[in-house]
Amino acid sequence: MRDLSIFIAGAAGEGIQTIGDVVARAFLRHGYPVFASQEFESRIRGGNSSVRIRIGDEATNAPTETADVLLAVNARALEHYRPALRPNGLSIAPDEVDGADLVRVPFAELAAEHGSAIFANAVAAGALCPAISLPLTALEATLAETFADKGEKTVAGNVAAARAGFAVASDQLADRRADDVPPQPNRYAFTSAHDVIPIAAAASGCRFIAAYPMSPSTGIITAFARHPELGVFAEQAEDEIAAIHMALGAIAAGARAMTATSGGGFALMTEAISLAGMIETPVVIVLAQRPGPATGLPTRTAQEDLLFALRAGHGEFPKVLLAPSDPQSAIDLTARAFDLADRYQTPVILLTDQYLADSRFSLERLTLPADATGARFADPAALDDYARYRFTDDGISPRLYFGQSEHLVVLDSDEHTETGHLTEDLVEARPAMVEKRLEKGHRLTRAIAPPASDGVEDADLVLVGWGSTKGAIDEAVARLRADGQRIGALHFTELWPLPTIEPRDGVRYWTVEGNATGQFAGLLESSTDLEIEGRIGRYDGLPITAETILEAIS
Amino acid sequence: MTAIDDYRSDVENQWCPGCPNFGILTALKRALVALDRAPHEVCLVSGIGQAAKLPHYLAANVFNGLHGRAVPAAIGIAVANPALTTIVTSGDGDLYGEGGNHLLHALRRNPDLTVVVHNNQIYALTKGQAAPTTPRGERTRLQFDGVELDPARMLATAIVHDCTFVARGFAGEIDELAQMLEQAIAHRGLSIVEVIQPCITWGNHPVDWYRERIEPVGDDHDPADRAAAIALTLRAPDRLVTGILYRTAERPTFATSYRDRVGATPMAELPPVDRATLEGRLASFTIGKASS
Repeated sequence: MRDLSIFIAGAAGEGIQTIGDVVARAFLRHGYPVFASQEFESRIRGGNSSVRIRIGDEATNAPTETADVLLAVNARALEHYRPALRPNGLSIAPDEVDGADLVRVPFAELAAEHGSAIFANAVAAGALCPAISLPLTALEATLAETFADKGEKTVAGNVAAARAGFAVASDQLADRRADDVPPQPNRYAFTSAHDVIPIAAAASGCRFIAAYPMSPSTGIITAFARHPELGVFAEQAEDEIAAIHMALGAIAAGARAMTATSGGGFALMTEAISLAGMIETPVVIVLAQRPGPATGLPTRTAQEDLLFALRAGHGEFPKVLLAPSDPQSAIDLTARAFDLADRYQTPVILLTDQYLADSRFSLERLTLPADATGARFADPAALDDYARYRFTDDGISPRLYFGQSEHLVVLDSDEHTETGHLTEDLVEARPAMVEKRLEKGHRLTRAIAPPASDGVEDADLVLVGWGSTKGAIDEAVARLRADGQRIGALHFTELWPLPTIEPRDGVRYWTVEGNATGQFAGLLESSTDLEIEGRIGRYDGLPITAETILEAIS
Repeated sequence: MTAIDDYRSDVENQWCPGCPNFGILTALKRALVALDRAPHEVCLVSGIGQAAKLPHYLAANVFNGLHGRAVPAAIGIAVANPALTTIVTSGDGDLYGEGGNHLLHALRRNPDLTVVVHNNQIYALTKGQAAPTTPRGERTRLQFDGVELDPARMLATAIVHDCTFVARGFAGEIDELAQMLEQAIAHRGLSIVEVIQPCITWGNHPVDWYRERIEPVGDDHDPADRAAAIALTLRAPDRLVTGILYRTAERPTFATSYRDRVGATPMAELPPVDRATLEGRLASFTIGKASS
């Protein structure tokens, strides 16, 4: 089949997520990979929102600006999203809307005819089928599966409503209707990065999460609460300050623990990130970015908090920043976050964003991290006089937890001696403790993975990105190569400590990131020999797309 | 058997000579010995301030965290390792001021913790500013014309929230305080013991001024009588009623449903989550036809 982009648009509360979900699942059941993203306003009812679906023979897990087919469930949505329609694109709208070149469907009337206004979603999904070459039978099977637990009557109503929508749209499409796509024997994991982070955390031995609800991070603690079989204690804290201090307490008492938040909540956590650096406690923090400053755009996406995360916490101590690019990368980096935090006894921040939280990718498989390791502790029997902050060559001291043995574990936010008790010894203890903590950072630099490199050897121009922009960059690279251009990509998912990068002579480097100031570009220029010729940034609250990149380059 | 010497610490004490904090330290050690808790079974949690240094002055596990954050850290500790005896010891500024919101919500959670509030009615480590407990009108080194806020009524708040053990002690009555702490630590759920601890350096009143206002709770007081208990706390600052002010039937403690599922094992010693369960969760995202 040809690659297809579908926008399903309407107001919050009008069921566009349900329509999008059913259509996406129908294509997946039929054997095709689907990429589904959504953009919505920070409100429960009204406004303009869209669910965006890409389908093809091969997965293109990246957002796009334009649509082949627009399903608008109200007149305002049609007006708002119609400029995104591609040439020869098709719009489906309610029948009360006037205008040429529209497929007009009486969603509400057909739903009512089949017994309930709630069937309007099924009418709409049915009307989409002939426009997107989805066999009606595939939709019917998906509806039956989706509503199975609501009873036969609901299933029958939905199926009949879908057929009615299908019939009305088919009549109007007539010769514009393409053949249905054939079934394919394929299976895909259809999921978001935030859906799988909790599973990867459980597989990494995480036992505790405390968090305060904040978009777009809330799904993470919710998944732990919804799935007690993951074995993770989940607590909604009174604020983000409490959330991270609870996690630090749990870690000191032997648990692997994490928290998750967004910019404003992360701001509240910064004192505790500094504390984690000081008491050398391996906490994992998911920072799901959204546009700021302040409340900013709560339901939109951005990569604006890179430098904030890097500098979060007063004083000097090592820290790790990781930024997944898709669900498998989120699984791998969640395990990596717990491992590095544990190994180097320091905080690790996992930078995601609203785009990664709310977009579902199609991947051929998802693989769990190798094994559930759990936290590593020293063997108390092998230690005589225990001191939590014993000086060692690599700065990493044997870690025990409270109550593990008769050895007493003393953690202090004040500068401390090897035994953990507060000190004002400025001659020996203080400089030695600073150097001990920073030595862990030097060792970390050697442990960090290099960026993924694609065709850099033969490139004139290299696009440099981090985290969630990978899909868009890959798509842009493929399109430019198809155009005969010599283009490469460097993609970072391990951001800090910054891996070593050697610039290649004669190669132009352009960064691509979801902010206005080129935060990563600045970091590269200040910490490596790379010279950044161009900075592609997007800061309107929507994700970077291949179109964003191609337009900036041309 | 645990002996008082087991709790000896070699750390140099930074408190002012003669500080009533020493009385709290002695009483706490005696309570732990009376309960036969060994030092490694005890975790002391504090924030910042002179009172918050107490955990360094006896042998035990210590989490001396940030200002105001002792209670959430202690909650994490108590949930992760329920075998520990977890005790918060910090000042009124730390627990009622910077950490007031955490204490308020701890009342709702009812974690199995003992919170010892050193109440000296002043900020001592920062040299003499008003605390949340400083009575209205008292002059300080920041509130030069006298405090224009009413003092926090946190013990009343605790009782209103049905905290199942609320007591007030006096650092100058070590025997009684030790017995009170012993009962508080043995009590299951959140116990709050506020200890009147006159500051001999920055306080507005000498120790004797407090001693004159201390009034042991009468034998006629029924600790299960919530209204009477609240009334007793509200007599401060004129009369500082000491003793067990409120004690009622234990209610479910924090994390009960989780612990019902996994048992009392410390989180560090729980077996790994079944791999097949995790694979199953991951597989639940897969849609489509199996290739033939």
